[in-house]
Amino acid sequence: MSGASRWVFGGGLALSGLAGLYLASRSGEGTLYWTGLVLFGASVFLIFNLIGGAFDKAEGRPPESYRLVGYALVAVAVGTVVFHVLSPWWWAPIASNWHYIDITIDLTFWITGVAFVIILGFMAYCVFRFRHREGRRAEYEPESTKLEGILTVVTALAVAAMLAPGLFFWNQFIDVPEDAVEVEVVGQQWSWSYRLPGADGRLGTADTRRISPDNPLGLNPDDPDGQDDIIINGGPLHLQVDTPVKMLLRSVDVLHNFYVPEFRAKMDMVPGMVTQLWFTPTRTGTFQALCAELCGTYHAYMRGEVVVQEEGDYQAWLDDQRTFARLAAAEAP
Amino acid sequence: MADVTEDAIDDVIDDAVPPAEVPDVELPHAHSWITKYVFCQDAKVIAVQYSMTAMAIGLVALVLSWLMRLQLGFPDSLSVINAEQYYQYITMHGMIMVIYLLTALFLGGFGNYLIPLMVGARDMVFPWVNMLSYWVYLLAVLILVASFFVPGGATGAGWTLYPPQAILSGTPGSGWGIILMLVSLIVFIIGFTMGGLNYVVTVLQARARGMTLMRMPLTIWGIFTASVLALLAFPALFVGAVMMLFDHLLGTSFFMPAIVNMGQQLSHDGGSPILFQHLFWFFGHPEVYIVALPAFGIVSDLIATHARRNIFGYRMMVWAIVIIGGLSFIVWAHHMYVSGMDPAFGFFFAVTTLIIAVPTALKVYNWVLTLWRGDIHFTVPMLFALGFIVTFVNGGMTGLFLGNAVVDVPLSDTMFVVAHFHMVMGVAPILVIFGAIYHWYPKITGRMLNNALGKFHFWVTFVGSYAIFLPLHYLGLMGVPRRYFEIGDMSVVPPSAATLNEVVSIIAFVVGFAQMVFLFNLVWSLRKGEPAGSNPWRATTLEWQTPQTPPGHGNWGKELPVVHRWAYDYSVPGAAEDYLPQNLPPSRVRAAAE
Ligand code: HEM
Ligand SMILES: [Cu+2]
Ligand SMILES: [Cu+2]
Repeated sequence: MSGASRWVFGGGLALSGLAGLYLASRSGEGTLYWTGLVLFGASVFLIFNLIGGAFDKAEGRPPESYRLVGYALVAVAVGTVVFHVLSPWWWAPIASNWHYIDITIDLTFWITGVAFVIILGFMAYCVFRFRHREGRRAEYEPESTKLEGILTVVTALAVAAMLAPGLFFWNQFIDVPEDAVEVEVVGQQWSWSYRLPGADGRLGTADTRRISPDNPLGLNPDDPDGQDDIIINGGPLHLQVDTPVKMLLRSVDVLHNFYVPEFRAKMDMVPGMVTQLWFTPTRTGTFQALCAELCGTYHAYMRGEVVVQEEGDYQAWLDDQRTFARLAAAEAP
Repeated sequence: MADVTEDAIDDVIDDAVPPAEVPDVELPHAHSWITKYVFCQDAKVIAVQYSMTAMAIGLVALVLSWLMRLQLGFPDSLSVINAEQYYQYITMHGMIMVIYLLTALFLGGFGNYLIPLMVGARDMVFPWVNMLSYWVYLLAVLILVASFFVPGGATGAGWTLYPPQAILSGTPGSGWGIILMLVSLIVFIIGFTMGGLNYVVTVLQARARGMTLMRMPLTIWGIFTASVLALLAFPALFVGAVMMLFDHLLGTSFFMPAIVNMGQQLSHDGGSPILFQHLFWFFGHPEVYIVALPAFGIVSDLIATHARRNIFGYRMMVWAIVIIGGLSFIVWAHHMYVSGMDPAFGFFFAVTTLIIAVPTALKVYNWVLTLWRGDIHFTVPMLFALGFIVTFVNGGMTGLFLGNAVVDVPLSDTMFVVAHFHMVMGVAPILVIFGAIYHWYPKITGRMLNNALGKFHFWVTFVGSYAIFLPLHYLGLMGVPRRYFEIGDMSVVPPSAATLNEVVSIIAFVVGFAQMVFLFNLVWSLRKGEPAGSNPWRATTLEWQTPQTPPGHGNWGKELPVVHRWAYDYSVPGAAEDYLPQNLPPSRVRAAAE
């Protein structure tokens, strides 16, 4: 880089650094704050590099990008960790029994984070230490069975440390408790309906082939179990806190996926079959349900609502709902 | 015999190589401009044709990503697309990037250029079929592009094309769009199979004397294994595409159960949407490695050459490629943990998936151990190789989240997945492609690419892509699903995420702009680049030892090269130079050292 362009470039960096500081101090919080800080940090970093380059030149060393590369590797490692720790974007507090999932994610972040930093740090070390210099020659060492062996074992152990809890909790995730209450969720482009088993505690059978304007969920009118089923078309689904729920998921048209981020659990709904999912809501409140499987043009707008309540409130809501039999009666001429 | 000295006898013994197993071949010769540059049977020309076509269609995918980022970053002010177009664009962007750019460029582009040169052959073994492969590929690309212009537009089913949605009316392009997409894929697979057979047979049958399998450069191991994977994996996609076409056009029910579509009972019954997903991912997961293995191989050679050091643990690297290739066929259902398949599968697929992490990690270690005690030259190819390691390690780490069934449950189908696969199979292989172009351009054209522009291109692309995709993981952690036209009003997402999306979009434009600088460099250096000479990087592999640069028709002049050593004799103690070309006879090494 010529002297003049060094000044121009440096001046530009100084300005962008100042702009970053200004941005950060003006906003004081949130994304703009961080953007400003990052801009400031990056400018300082590049200015240092520029000065380093000028020294190289003054002292007659050939200009090499090693310093920039080394710093960049360190910056990526440190920056990633800092971003992770300070980012305001993090999962919403959990509202189900699946805190094991959060724990396993945290554990995985730790293990992979440490490995990431070590690998990048080692690369940065190599960049500084083993960069080309006049007369330098690399070492000739085709392989080292011992080193490769040690690394294999360490890696396998780290992987096992993530896999073991993963499999253990997966087993819980797919093992539905006996006493779970059944709730059916039916997806169709682009809305959700729900069905509760009613007083007998059993859901009646249903079939896509039976779906008609009068029978939007395709219930079997001859099935006694289905008569007292409670059907919720459009409104929110209510659940009772601390009661395990087994969700039976059904779709009448294409794939959908019932996903409440706070419950952590999700499962595709597949036409032609019933899929399932279980959890225990552990916190009262209103939660948004999202569709997490591309289902056509309005996929992003296919939202629902789940209200988790204490027993009394829940019962009060339940008593207001209409059963399949009453709906059918109401629609009969 | 009196004048034969001991030394000379030693020389003869040391220089001995096994006899030729495959006779030298007579190549078809081009007689007109058309057969020389258009319907050409020379793998080097076919390679350039493949590469240019792939880059051209890749540019379309890049522009589509801008339009998508405009929508995501500025949904209320600068968006120029509606939801239907958004889904059409993500679908075309994803499919183009994965199949028509990366697969075609690595195998059709680099495979064609490098395999014959690096194994010391005159050309591919079936030159005519090889030529046909390119033209069929071009046809596939044209069919794909045509789907933008048919009634209803391109398909918006997502690059995974899951039925029933892909062929029902709630999805954009569910008429002509999806049909052309499926036909284009079928044509692509036919074209690829012609090329793939060539790559595999050439590596197995046409290697120069002395080029044992365990002396081949890792680039060839990567491309070879990827070609085998592709030949085995693409048929699953082929079958899936044909069946979906039948479902769509003939009313069969392979993937279609009983369905009520917009209030109408359809006549389908009994099909299984999940069957398609198994077929798709039986192809789709190996596809990740079809892209990754050539990148692994190429980056190994870039690192060794520019760090002047033998690739560390060559045998381990070869076995890792082969083992990863094999394992890649038994991990596919890690894409389906929440698909509704039997959840007991989760145990098996989580185990296989995390096992595959071990050989993959070993490859990473061996790359960085090659830097260790090396003599690192910070050339542009080396910069891209380092950038690859960083993004690949990052993306590999998040793979450990998504592969571990229970962790995948909250993250599946969110922006976390989008961030993960962009790091690991988007950015990482693309960085290798760039590094490889800076590395081999001098051989292809005889001129160097401009260094300053190259460094600019590297820094903006590497830092920019990292900054684009790192934050997206966190959107996913919060729960933002992928393939969302807009986040809208989502209770788990704070308003600051909108600013994040703006920043990411702005960076995406900057990164896109840097690619224009790269294209300019490609064109400009063709005429104005510094002359490269035959071996500007002082590399050992055969392609740098050709008598002419760019290599002539038939590559090697009268005599085929004879190989005396593996591809990584850099900085051998006692040798005069810090590299020993694979075809340099030991007697000459000794003579030079004395
Ligand atoms: C700077 C470059 C790139 C940008 C800004 C970009 C941006 C995007 C965006 C915004 C999406 C849609 C996300 C969503 O709503 O779900 C997407 C999807 C995708 N991209 Fe990229 N992308 C880039 C490069 C690449 C590359 C190099 C690949 C190669 C593998 C790639 C492969 C994909 C795939 C497979 C999808 C998924 C499409 C789908 O959901 O069906 N992208 N990209
Ligand atoms: Cu959806
Ligand atoms: Cu996979």
